[in-house]
Amino acid sequence: MAAAVSHKKDPLIRIARRDSMPLWKSVLVRVIAVIASLLVAGIIIYLLTGASPLNVYKSMLQGAFGNNSANYSQKTWQTIRDTMMLLCIAVGLAPAFKMKFWNIGAEGQVLVGGIVTAACMIYFKDLPPVLLFIVMFLGSLLAGALWGLLPAVFKSKWNTNETLFTLMMNYVALQLTSFCVAKWENPVGSNKVGIINQGVENQQGWFPAIFGQDYLLNVILVMAVTVGMFFYLKYSKQGYEISVIGDSQNTARYAGINVNKVIIRTMLISGAVCGMAGFITVAGSSHTISTSTAGGKGFTAIIVAWLAKFNTFTMILIALLITVLDKGAIQVATEFNISKDMSNMITGIILFFIIGSEFFINYRLIFRKKEKEAA
Amino acid sequence: MGGFVTLFQQAVAFGTIIMFGAVGEIITEKSGNLNLGVPGIMYLGGISSLLGAFFYENSTDNPIPIVCVLIAAVCAFLASALGGLIFSFLTITLRANQNVTGLTLTIFGSGVANFFGGSLNQLSGGVGQLRVPATSDAFRAQLPGLSNIGGDIGKLFFQYGWLAYVAILVAILAQVYLSRTRTGLNLRAVGENPATADAAGANVTLYKYLATCIGAGISGLGGLYYVMDFTQGKWANDGTIESLGWLAVALVIFTTWRPKNAIWGSYLFGLLYWVYMYIVGISRASQELFKMLPYVVTIVVLIIISLRKKRENQPPEALGLPYFREDR
Amino acid sequence: MDNNIAVSMRHITKAFGTKVVANKDVSMDIHRGEILALLGENGSGKTTLMNMLSGIYHQDSGQIFVDGQEVHITSPKDAYDLGIGMIHQHFKLVDVFTATENVALGMDKSAAKNNKEIAKGITEICEKYGFDVDPKKKVYNMTVSQKQTLEIVKTLYRGADILILDEPTAVLTPQETDKLFAVLRNMKADGKSIIIITHKLHEVLAISDRVSILRKGEYIGTVETKDATVQSLTEMMVGQKVELDIERPETENKELRLTISHLSCLDKYGVKALDDVSLEAYGGEILGIAGISGSGQKQLLEAIAGLQAAEDGGSIVYIDPETGKKEELIGKSVTQIKKMGVALSFVPEDRLGMGLVGSMGMTDNMMLRSYKKGHSIFADRKAPRELALKVKEELEVVTPGIQTPVRKLSGGNVQKVLVGREIAAEPTVLMAAYAVRGLDINTSYTIYHLLNEEKKKGTAVIYVGEDLDVLLALCDRIAVLCDGKLNGVVDGRTATKEEVGELMTNLKEKEATA
Repeated sequence: MAAAVSHKKDPLIRIARRDSMPLWKSVLVRVIAVIASLLVAGIIIYLLTGASPLNVYKSMLQGAFGNNSANYSQKTWQTIRDTMMLLCIAVGLAPAFKMKFWNIGAEGQVLVGGIVTAACMIYFKDLPPVLLFIVMFLGSLLAGALWGLLPAVFKSKWNTNETLFTLMMNYVALQLTSFCVAKWENPVGSNKVGIINQGVENQQGWFPAIFGQDYLLNVILVMAVTVGMFFYLKYSKQGYEISVIGDSQNTARYAGINVNKVIIRTMLISGAVCGMAGFITVAGSSHTISTSTAGGKGFTAIIVAWLAKFNTFTMILIALLITVLDKGAIQVATEFNISKDMSNMITGIILFFIIGSEFFINYRLIFRKKEKEAA
Repeated sequence: MGGFVTLFQQAVAFGTIIMFGAVGEIITEKSGNLNLGVPGIMYLGGISSLLGAFFYENSTDNPIPIVCVLIAAVCAFLASALGGLIFSFLTITLRANQNVTGLTLTIFGSGVANFFGGSLNQLSGGVGQLRVPATSDAFRAQLPGLSNIGGDIGKLFFQYGWLAYVAILVAILAQVYLSRTRTGLNLRAVGENPATADAAGANVTLYKYLATCIGAGISGLGGLYYVMDFTQGKWANDGTIESLGWLAVALVIFTTWRPKNAIWGSYLFGLLYWVYMYIVGISRASQELFKMLPYVVTIVVLIIISLRKKRENQPPEALGLPYFREDR
Repeated sequence: MDNNIAVSMRHITKAFGTKVVANKDVSMDIHRGEILALLGENGSGKTTLMNMLSGIYHQDSGQIFVDGQEVHITSPKDAYDLGIGMIHQHFKLVDVFTATENVALGMDKSAAKNNKEIAKGITEICEKYGFDVDPKKKVYNMTVSQKQTLEIVKTLYRGADILILDEPTAVLTPQETDKLFAVLRNMKADGKSIIIITHKLHEVLAISDRVSILRKGEYIGTVETKDATVQSLTEMMVGQKVELDIERPETENKELRLTISHLSCLDKYGVKALDDVSLEAYGGEILGIAGISGSGQKQLLEAIAGLQAAEDGGSIVYIDPETGKKEELIGKSVTQIKKMGVALSFVPEDRLGMGLVGSMGMTDNMMLRSYKKGHSIFADRKAPRELALKVKEELEVVTPGIQTPVRKLSGGNVQKVLVGREIAAEPTVLMAAYAVRGLDINTSYTIYHLLNEEKKKGTAVIYVGEDLDVLLALCDRIAVLCDGKLNGVVDGRTATKEEVGELMTNLKEKEATA
């Protein structure tokens, strides 16, 4: 019987959690990951198009920031605008994720915020501009908050799985959007809402250009939220409660924190900021509403927030990286006459590498030492 | 009656897509892996089958139906399983977060699929010009003999492409596997309580890898059915597969993680989704509200199972959680 | 080798990390067809030793022989293959599975049988030894005792000849214990070897043939049960009294601070963890709570802290030292208790899972219980930072900086942070659970000193401990819990180690009910 058990040795590689890693090293790991992913993506692009990877990366940069003085400013501003939208959603997700509440529902929260904004632009266009602006702003916050509230209530009361709940809420919001699009379609039969209040003298509800820049207000609003959220999470009492719950609900109860209340409050905030992203998109950039208003950014933002470890300033960098890739890939596609959906493929590859690289930051590999047993 | 027959036929065709998706995801989730990459995986399955069929049909003057079927199906399954493998490697071996990895897989899958789909369309001279008639016809073949049954009965039950019946078969096999076999029992234990499964001698890592890859392969067949049968071998970058993928994730909850419930659940989702077409006098806008029904029903089911706390209906207890042996 | 020996462990040493040696050069034998009790205090290394037999851990050095052949057990499966099965304190069962499915789990394909055959096998085992298991019942519908029975049946079904039970009676009622012992005797009669890990002396005497004793990871000896008495076993288990140089100032101005009466609490499984306990705590004294771990200490402290619901009829009254006002604490939340002005400090057993936030630095941890202070929406970090610096300096906390996550500090420094914070709150009641567990000597003395300082200030200190030498050297009075009941209160200055050890392990039925 004893012979059945062979002389097993320790496994070749053991994995152990790292205590800590110096900042420069963890940055280095991520940089290596990005470079490696760009290499892999480059090889794939080369195989598909035969174009030199260097040229491809050059045209990617041009896609994001322009290649001549004529479109330099325009392209750059579009990149900034899209970065801001992605950033805004990621910032909205930060408090929920920090609390270890998996809000996968940003897509829907953005959409309902956008719906309310569009509705205000259509129905309240006679309001004074400032008042309209405030109504749109508050309305979108409220809508997003409501979309976040529902899963939070059920989570706190009955421990309903929030990942699946928020995910489903996305599609309820999506169909709601389709409903509104059909209701508001312009011209009739196009199944599109069209640009709202275009050609109307005041372009009611549109973000005004500041210093001649159409998207500067987007930047101001999103940066305000980004900075505000940073301070809220880091310095406010409520932010402190969120961190404690995220670390251990047991400790939170020991400290006298009402866990259910904080879960609901935090999701209200998270949903509201995501709703605001919808407001900024509709009023500040597209001036229309469609089922692609959120355009998957609600999902991408989850990855941004997660990779940034809930630090809203780090999110700026990651959001920028992803947007640049996206814009760049579209440019590459046009230039080399391939499908622009390549951007998602490249983004996916790069994210896989960054996600995978986290392992080497959190864990270290211990290789089996040379035989020490003298059998 | 005629109206209902058409509705039912639509529901079955629609349901078949998500049944594949859901059954595959059930197997994956039973191992404790919450793979939110289902839409991406279905994309991978769909485009790979199309690519395979396209190149085969263009390489020969007389495509043989059985070879068409084999190439398309094997391509779909392998490409999807490869998606599952990426997910497994990142979440199991590299211990990445499952939600984040799954969502990235969805982005990646949709990118790959639409990129190649778009390229295929370009190759064949524009959207709508792409055709793989031999393969599509081979997949749309109906069951010999039975399809001749006339009347409403025949229309209701026997006039679908054969993959629709394969879907039912796969769901039944998955049900039997999970509830009746020894390895199915071990798999469920891995998803419920990996430490216990480990202590009992089941190889947790292996089970998770296999369940996720095979589950992904099955989900990918949903993409195959969509491309080859539902859209008859065309490709459109319209995001339909993605929404179907999420519907499949919803269906997993609706079935309370039982493949047998996916059979009727998927058709019910189809009915709910298409029912607006048969309600007289509603506006096109309201029709969109009706399409919300499958998701609303899923939310209601999710709430009910958390309220009733019936243990059999809960998600696998370790769903979404990583398992590392050193932690015990 | 002796044919009668089923398992032989030789010179087994196992260490965790570089500091904690769980087992040191342990050698012992298990005979065929015997019930061997493995006796020792908490932390004496009993479970670790047995985990090496069952494949959970692997020894750093030393050899294991089964049936005279050296074996290498690297996984639970290896152990099963050798006929060794262990029933852990935390059952390894899948809740949503039936009994049959749990038995079938992980079985070799070669041994594959359908569920009907397995159910039949279960019934046969039950009939043979007198178990009572319904093969179709789901585990989540089972009582703790039924789950344990299922674990034993599972192990037997898999062909175990050597069964290890880790504190099997801890979760059982007396009636269930009797039933368990009856089947253990049946199994012994069938030639099985049984090792029962325990620290309940009357059970050792009732069931075992031989007793092996471990103390602080070392093997002390083995005696025939028939030659042993409660006293002799206690002596071997606790060892010679070690004189500790812990100061114990005389109590001044002793005044009643807490009156606990008829307190009963349930644990998370709904089992009575604390049973009709009545006790007083005085300002200016250290009240020790002794008992085998899991005797209700956790529930007692958490009930006082407002974290544990109490059964009807219990009461905890706090008497304010300033005003003399009496406040009922039961039914109040942590926040409510704080708002009533009760200055309660609590050093919980689970330092990083309850007392501190592991991912935060010292500063942020200092404010855990006081962050709500003030009306600003922003948390004041100035005072906590000063406190963190003060604690760091006064208690000599070794940390790269007060912002370094406390999770990264060593155990002793983590505890200094926690105790430092709780004492800084100027409590009138200070509760500390296992405050020196895992700490080195110097840090331990720092903690004792801090507790004594609090006592001198007039604080009512409640100290839950496991080292009897420390309890006897530090505390003024020692309340001994046994199976959730108060089994006696002794004077810390006059009581002997054996006296307390016996109260911990041997419930005085009559007095407890009287």
